[in-house]
Amino acid sequence: MILRWFSHFSRARITFPMALTREQLASIAALARLDLTASEIPVYQDSLSRILDFVGALDACDTVDVAPMAHPLAGLSQRLRPDAVTEVDHHEQYQANAPLTAAGLYLVPKVIE
Amino acid sequence: MGDLHKSTLTQLATALRARKVSSVELVSELLGRIERIESGPGALNAFISVTRAQALEAARVADHALGRGSGGALAGVPIAHKDIFCTAGVRTTCGSRMLDNFVAPYDATVVAKLKAAGAVMLGKTNMDEFAMGSSNETSYYGAVRNPWNRQLVPGGSSGGSAAAVAARLVPGATATDTGGSIRQPAALCGITGMKPTYGRVSRYGMIAFASSLDQGGVLAASAADAALMLREMAGFDANDSTSVEREVPDYIAALEEPLAGLKIGLLKEFFDKGLNAENERCVRESLRVYEGLGAKLSEVSLPHLPLSVPVYYVVAPAECSSNLARYDGVRFGHRCENPRDLNDLYRRTRGEGFGAEVKRRIMTGTYVLSAGYYDAYYLKAQRVRSLINADFVRAFQSVDVLMGPTTPTPAFALGAKTSDPITMYLNDIYTIGANLAGLPAISVPCGLVQGLPVGLQIVGPHFSEARVLNAAHAFQRATDWHTQLPKGYA
Repeated sequence: MILRWFSHFSRARITFPMALTREQLASIAALARLDLTASEIPVYQDSLSRILDFVGALDACDTVDVAPMAHPLAGLSQRLRPDAVTEVDHHEQYQANAPLTAAGLYLVPKVIE
Repeated sequence: MGDLHKSTLTQLATALRARKVSSVELVSELLGRIERIESGPGALNAFISVTRAQALEAARVADHALGRGSGGALAGVPIAHKDIFCTAGVRTTCGSRMLDNFVAPYDATVVAKLKAAGAVMLGKTNMDEFAMGSSNETSYYGAVRNPWNRQLVPGGSSGGSAAAVAARLVPGATATDTGGSIRQPAALCGITGMKPTYGRVSRYGMIAFASSLDQGGVLAASAADAALMLREMAGFDANDSTSVEREVPDYIAALEEPLAGLKIGLLKEFFDKGLNAENERCVRESLRVYEGLGAKLSEVSLPHLPLSVPVYYVVAPAECSSNLARYDGVRFGHRCENPRDLNDLYRRTRGEGFGAEVKRRIMTGTYVLSAGYYDAYYLKAQRVRSLINADFVRAFQSVDVLMGPTTPTPAFALGAKTSDPITMYLNDIYTIGANLAGLPAISVPCGLVQGLPVGLQIVGPHFSEARVLNAAHAFQRATDWHTQLPKGYA
């Protein structure tokens, strides 16, 4: 019912295809470093396609000469601080959360053969 | 004092200060209530962790301070934290398997400030995984139930905090709001939920979802209680680069200011076909209450507001896909067994550690930020965000606050909207606008529809928390919707 809200925005369509192929979905998952099971792929193919179709409503909105808004604090710039040491060494405490460490180093599978 | 759990946070703070009740007594009573309710037929699954030992120890410290006539504004007052706020030495899961074993090495600024004010944490509340959800059904720790009807959702993502306050397991709790995650559960659970201006409350130690939208706030039984908690939580923090250097007004002192002459704009776009007729009736009756208090009503149109949901479902997933890149199985959190190589470590760790909705949003974000689609989706959404923001700026040139419903309907059944993400996303249709523009907004109970609470939303210009709380408080002086309790939890 609420979808009717968007009816007058959804007349125009973004020109590129909305229905994602299995290959496109697999490529998005690879970019996002997410391992998906075979049964998950069609589920996300369907829901992502529907989300992209839904957000396609934006295309009908005239945004010529409108500047993009990245955050709500217009006019405020991010602060800088002096380049001074403000923290002491906490690495043992931080590494207590790590799955695998040795001699103060984080261990990962061998990268270079 | 009898019926301690029914006392408001403000009453408890006063009673503790007057030494009519000790913090140990109060904390023991509420811990007992949490254990009794959560192990019985009325269980809500509102907590991920209950921190009994730490709470009793903190209560003893608070009693000691109160005995010396010292202690902060919330000395000895029990609260709960949404499990998105890092707590040193206490597990912080963010509702995810990914962080099931994560013990933060430090306190979030909000946690530290409330601790400094003397508040006693009873536990960490359940939530949608990484705050992504509108029903609290995406939590790795199971759905939270609505105390008004256990077959219904409490709303999300701060569903555990909302259910805990609604059932009076705690008088107040922290929460976060990225697209409505404080106000929507407040409305569905019949309590008061305040989302401050972006930058008002520090995000340091608040696990990031969408950094240009996330804002910490309060769930409590009334606007006065929310004001008391917010006064302690708000303020500049050098550890958050988007924290605003601006004095925190005395929200309590502003509560009793008269409303005569207040200019209220009715958000025209919110009174649409999607709004349940009975919800609309409650909201319109509330507006008459404001007229009775001397406020002036006019209709205001924000023509781009209906595009809030599509803008949000580009911007929020985009920011989430970047923020959640940190969960790689290397430094903290879940790690898969026997990775073949580094890529396998990343992919299986993330595939196993994240739930379905989080993966959906990460992939949506990855797609809209990817080469060839960035301009069409992400930049386009940011441009429409500008137009929505400009609509709000224009509206606040003629009115002091905007009002409308918080949600289109009362609470819905568990499982009713889990099969279609778009149907779920549209729950936040009235709340997302305030996040996109970074505005303070509150939801207050304004009626019952078939025995279920309904919320009235009040939105103000940037940094007008005092005015928004004042307007909400005046309504609560004139009505008693906020004092109604769900049956079985009175």
